[in-house]
Amino acid sequence: MSSLRPLPRRIPRIASLRTQPQSRLPSSQPLYASKRWSTSISQRPGSDRVRFPGAVNSKFTTDMSFINPLESGSIPTYRVMDSDGVLVDKTRGRPDVSNEEVLTWYKNMLTVSIMDIVMFEAQRQGRLSFYMVSAGEEGISVGSAAALTPDDVVFAQYRETGVFQQRGFTLKSFMSQLFANRNDTGKGKNMPVHYGCEYPRTHTISSTLATQIPHASGAAYALKLQALQNPDKPPSIVTCYFGEGAASEGDFHAGLNIAATRSCPVVFICRNNGYAISTPTLEQYRGDGIASRGVGYGIDTIRVDGNDIFAVYESMREARRRALSDGGKPVLIEAMSYRVSHHSTSDDSFAYRARVEVEDWKRRDNPIIRLRKWLENEGIWNEDLEREAREGIRKEVLKEFGAAEREKKPPIRSAFEGVYEEITDEMREQMDELKRILETYPEEYDIRPYEDGIKGL
Amino acid sequence: MASLLRPCRVPRACTRSYSTAPSASTRLNLPIDYKSTPLLHHTSSSLSDVYDLPGSSTSKSMNLYTAINAALRTALSKSNKVMLFGEDVAFGGVFRCSMDLQTEFGSERVFNTPLTEQGIVGFAIGAAAEGMKPVAEIQFADYVFPAFDQIVNEAAKFRYREGGNAGGLVIRMPCGAVGHGALYHSQSPEALFAHIPGLQVVMPRSPSQAKGLLLSAIFESNNPVVFMEPKVLYRAAVEHVPNEYYTIPLNKAEVIKPGNDVTIISYGQPLYLCSAAIAAAERALGASVELIDLRTIYPWDRQTVLDSVKKTGRAIVVHESMINFGVGAEVAATIQDGAFLRLEAPVKRVAGWSTHTGLMYEKFIIPDVARIYDAIKQTLEY
Repeated sequence: MSSLRPLPRRIPRIASLRTQPQSRLPSSQPLYASKRWSTSISQRPGSDRVRFPGAVNSKFTTDMSFINPLESGSIPTYRVMDSDGVLVDKTRGRPDVSNEEVLTWYKNMLTVSIMDIVMFEAQRQGRLSFYMVSAGEEGISVGSAAALTPDDVVFAQYRETGVFQQRGFTLKSFMSQLFANRNDTGKGKNMPVHYGCEYPRTHTISSTLATQIPHASGAAYALKLQALQNPDKPPSIVTCYFGEGAASEGDFHAGLNIAATRSCPVVFICRNNGYAISTPTLEQYRGDGIASRGVGYGIDTIRVDGNDIFAVYESMREARRRALSDGGKPVLIEAMSYRVSHHSTSDDSFAYRARVEVEDWKRRDNPIIRLRKWLENEGIWNEDLEREAREGIRKEVLKEFGAAEREKKPPIRSAFEGVYEEITDEMREQMDELKRILETYPEEYDIRPYEDGIKGL
Repeated sequence: MASLLRPCRVPRACTRSYSTAPSASTRLNLPIDYKSTPLLHHTSSSLSDVYDLPGSSTSKSMNLYTAINAALRTALSKSNKVMLFGEDVAFGGVFRCSMDLQTEFGSERVFNTPLTEQGIVGFAIGAAAEGMKPVAEIQFADYVFPAFDQIVNEAAKFRYREGGNAGGLVIRMPCGAVGHGALYHSQSPEALFAHIPGLQVVMPRSPSQAKGLLLSAIFESNNPVVFMEPKVLYRAAVEHVPNEYYTIPLNKAEVIKPGNDVTIISYGQPLYLCSAAIAAAERALGASVELIDLRTIYPWDRQTVLDSVKKTGRAIVVHESMINFGVGAEVAATIQDGAFLRLEAPVKRVAGWSTHTGLMYEKFIIPDVARIYDAIKQTLEY
């Protein structure tokens, strides 16, 4: 943070300094420590390019030309199939994935979509406090998670339900978290949709934006060190999800920059869905999307069509390979989509965008419909199978919904547990005081929903 | 959709089945009845006395977010130095506080920012340093922390380090618990700011207080002001608010209910809980309780508090955020220092427990009417 680095105790051995008499060193100026001492960057006489430490291969030019980003074209968007579910490039082979696998993806997207509809309505009925759907972005989360191994670590934002679904999070686990019941691994502490999973390791969602991005870099560095220390361990990466709004936070820039400088095996996936609550991308950033930032940080970058699950899957698979190459490096994927839903159940997006815009997107393109067309073109899906799948999933969702809603809440002591590794003396006194209050004024509190009632404190 | 989910049978539970309703025998922890609480001006008759306004002044009944909106409209009209910006401010803000203001005052002065709290506050400090009056909105107090460096190291130290000031600056943020905000939509970090010399920390309790305090923060303070708005009151608290320009000083606490036997010091939403607890305690215990709203949490009006406690001999401090190193600790220490010989009981603190606001446990963690009632009883019986 500080711009003043500590004064080195000894005068560094720099080639250029050695040639100078010690007395000519300006004693009042601090010497700046730099790793580049060992690389001894210097300007060669007569060279046609600059070899300053900060730009080691920049050609001299007499043409004073400012770079206007508007004049260079946009980074292209990678696509495998078009909106009719047809392979765009007829010369390439089919995506390297079995029909069976693709059907799993499709059912996972359907599951997320059906759960979203049910839970949004449940929130409207007052049966849970909050919900966020991921409509229109199921392809990004399911398609990218499909290219991960269970040992890969995920840091997500809050609109990646498909990642959890694809990685085996069960409907019971989803519902337990949403209803904050005693089976919730988060012990009823977090808002709905703030899922988390021990294995495959998917860290618990935090409502704060972009804070997970530097975590992902650090976690990836840890995996890299651990792989070096234990060559028998299969190499793994970290994947980090966030939206284009979060990419305006300082943590985004910090996270990408440190990942680049420490060569961390991490894949950053930006879901660019056009809106950060009400703020459109035009007011969120200028320049060529989030992908251009990756280029700026010296990170391998690709932009993909987020409605094309094959494009997402293939990009993620290649990104994973790259992340593990050359001893590890970060990769950025910008996946384009449109947030067809409201931001959350607390938002009415028609206050800031036209209903027709949303309807248009819903009708025109959608990752689920696109894959369905592909499957139908392949002759492995039809109306009957669709109906059967939807009915089966809906039934299963409602079954787990009912069971989770009826389940007890975790014991009241969970309110205090987990702040510190052990309950402090102060907290113990507070728990005793709370117990006294609950016992003195039993008619003022309904503790029946909590496991073990007063004994749970 | 109705076919998917059967509506629940109990209509009451349907409104919010995730938060349990009090039972028929509940006396204290009833939902606050904002329509009858003595803390709000339910008619316009008392306004001109309270705010020192001419008798001819008019008023309008409005909730807290509308009052904030009215104050911002007044400020933007009064001076073209006033700017208003933050995340989602253009369409009216997620709590509707900036509704219609971009349309009325243009996108030069009222605008959306990218999603960056450190950027928003840093930008505001720069604008204030060049003579503007920026009102920066942080969407939730829970999200102010990326801006902590800008607030603590820059805004607070600006005058001390260079003589000039960033005093036109107001940083607004919704704060406090609403019942289901969990870890990141519930926090009330006033104590963190109150620890920093150079900042003024304000929290209004009602629509009319909010308008006067916010206008004071914008026009009468040459210090950076952290202005915290209890978000649970945005829609719930409705009262008459004077239409014209008025200010409430940022250095005065207010005795909102006089009493003789014990003083309760609080601020923001818990004042309503205190008021309900006082009503119950005065009925059941025959005590007379004085209630003080600090309004400005730092630098705070110590004299009003000490005068009251010297009179009553007993004090309770109530706040929503965690008790550990909270505002209550500072107030209690000041009371024991300044009124020790008059104290007939230890100063009691009723505050949030020293934990995070877990979703399912909020009602056990933050103060409620029963805990305040119990504290009054214990303090009186000491």
